[in-house]
Amino acid sequence: MRVVVASGKGGTGKTTVALNLARAWGEPVQLLDCDVEAPNANLFLGGKVLESLVVTVPVPEVDETLCNGCGECSGFCEYSALACVAAKAMVFVSMCHSCGGCSPVCPTGAISEVENRIGTIVTSSSGNITLLEGILDVGGTMAPSLIRRLKSLQKSGTTVILDSPPGTSCPVVTTMKGADFVVLVTEPTPFGLHDLTLAVDTTRELGIPFGVVVNRLGTGDDRVHSYCANEGIRVLMEIPDDRRIAEAYSRGKLVVDALPEYAGLFTGLRRKLEKPL
Amino acid sequence: MRELVVISGKGGTGKTSVAASLAVLADRPVIADCDVDAADLHLVFQPVAREINEFYSGHQALIRSGICTGCGRCRDLCRFEAVGRVDTAPGDPIFIIDPTACEGCGVCVRFCPAGAIDFPERHCGQWMISDTRVGPMVHGRLGTAAENSGKLVSLVRSEARRVAAADARSGIIIDGPPGIGCPVIASVTGATMVLIVTEPTLSGEHDLKRVMELTAHFQIPTWVAVNKWDLNSGNTSRIEREAVADGAKLAGRIRYDPGVTEAQMTGKAVVETDAPSAYDMARIWDNLGFQTLK
Repeated sequence: MRVVVASGKGGTGKTTVALNLARAWGEPVQLLDCDVEAPNANLFLGGKVLESLVVTVPVPEVDETLCNGCGECSGFCEYSALACVAAKAMVFVSMCHSCGGCSPVCPTGAISEVENRIGTIVTSSSGNITLLEGILDVGGTMAPSLIRRLKSLQKSGTTVILDSPPGTSCPVVTTMKGADFVVLVTEPTPFGLHDLTLAVDTTRELGIPFGVVVNRLGTGDDRVHSYCANEGIRVLMEIPDDRRIAEAYSRGKLVVDALPEYAGLFTGLRRKLEKPL
Repeated sequence: MRELVVISGKGGTGKTSVAASLAVLADRPVIADCDVDAADLHLVFQPVAREINEFYSGHQALIRSGICTGCGRCRDLCRFEAVGRVDTAPGDPIFIIDPTACEGCGVCVRFCPAGAIDFPERHCGQWMISDTRVGPMVHGRLGTAAENSGKLVSLVRSEARRVAAADARSGIIIDGPPGIGCPVIASVTGATMVLIVTEPTLSGEHDLKRVMELTAHFQIPTWVAVNKWDLNSGNTSRIEREAVADGAKLAGRIRYDPGVTEAQMTGKAVVETDAPSAYDMARIWDNLGFQTLK
């Protein structure tokens, strides 16, 4: 089973839900931190590092002795990653999406591909959780490529929980693709509700079953619940607004460890995910 | 034109609540919402649209099934796993493009031996120029599962600059996206100053460091504010110390205040209410000295 924990709005508790669900799962799970721009799951686990992998993507390299400055490659590139300057092709690596098109379109065979580093994937182990953390290099823009690589390391036959980035654009879509279920975490505030509706649209567009977790219940109002009721969306779990949870989080502690009275919430979430209505 | 960009690294630290308050305190600002894939600033300012524009960016591959011979070359070449195979009968496949996976590179279009793939422009969302109680607002709305958020951010910023110049406004207050990726880079490059709103958690601290590397790389003057500072005062002090050591200036602290959510519920900026943290946000605005910058 592959479960993505996502949200439209940032800071609603995605990582909290993903981590505590993973811990409460009991059996071995893979936890993928797909929030590669701001990966935080490891701060809570600090497990033993098993492996560190440098992730690269292919980018063009121009052999200037072969390039005749014809402009085929820069005309083809949709991302302005190539330009012809002084009758030679120049590469702007940070714009490149690694589509591989420029090399075969070059009539003189001047373009080959070389590997360019975009980030790392660190695998660590903490109890029942094997964490695979994607870390985008600062200044890097190709988060979806790193997420695709991270997802290629999912083990079949194992429960995989994916901690998604916030928002609704390419990195989120890349994370959600192929999932069996999406858990959308929100908070009962106007910002939380608005961004939840965007995340619901995205999840529906991808055709993946989903449910909602309401975090910080007690703040805000009941508009998120009314929205879910009207849309026929199942509320899977509610986490009360408890300052002790925020404080435990601030120290990098799991809720199920710091406040064992909440452990039942997360084992309950597991049961609901395994036996959908 | 002066531009102040409010970002955070980690999501949900209070960027939008702070940006809204600074926009209220500013004298004749233009507001820009650059968090185009989860924009919330309009919930505070209830903008009335002056103009709504469609946002087209890049292209999208589309296979014409009548011409496709089912050779599968597109699928072999696509590096974005965007080409799906459907077997209409055993051994008789057709291929379709998944629009949510297609990055619009054009490789399949170029190399399809049957010339069966169209490449129309891609509709990626909308952008608006609106009026609000504090001034003009430029904002975008990325389409569902759409691409090119960085380009929409750049467009929103350049339109905000145009509106500000035409209307002799004093500066632009920008609500930025979370993270450190392309929409963030598009939001901060060339800005006058960046205010990073963080929180006193290990996650907030970690993501602050990463986003500060980015603003240092682009050499943008950077200020840091710790929201909900009293949630963990030890972490707050450490974060502030490290931020200063890394070259940032401290803009101030904001207390943990349920009034922030209450302001949101009534569609107001925090400084338009009598919430205790309104005082903290006003002090941050004074400390930034944005209005008096040359």
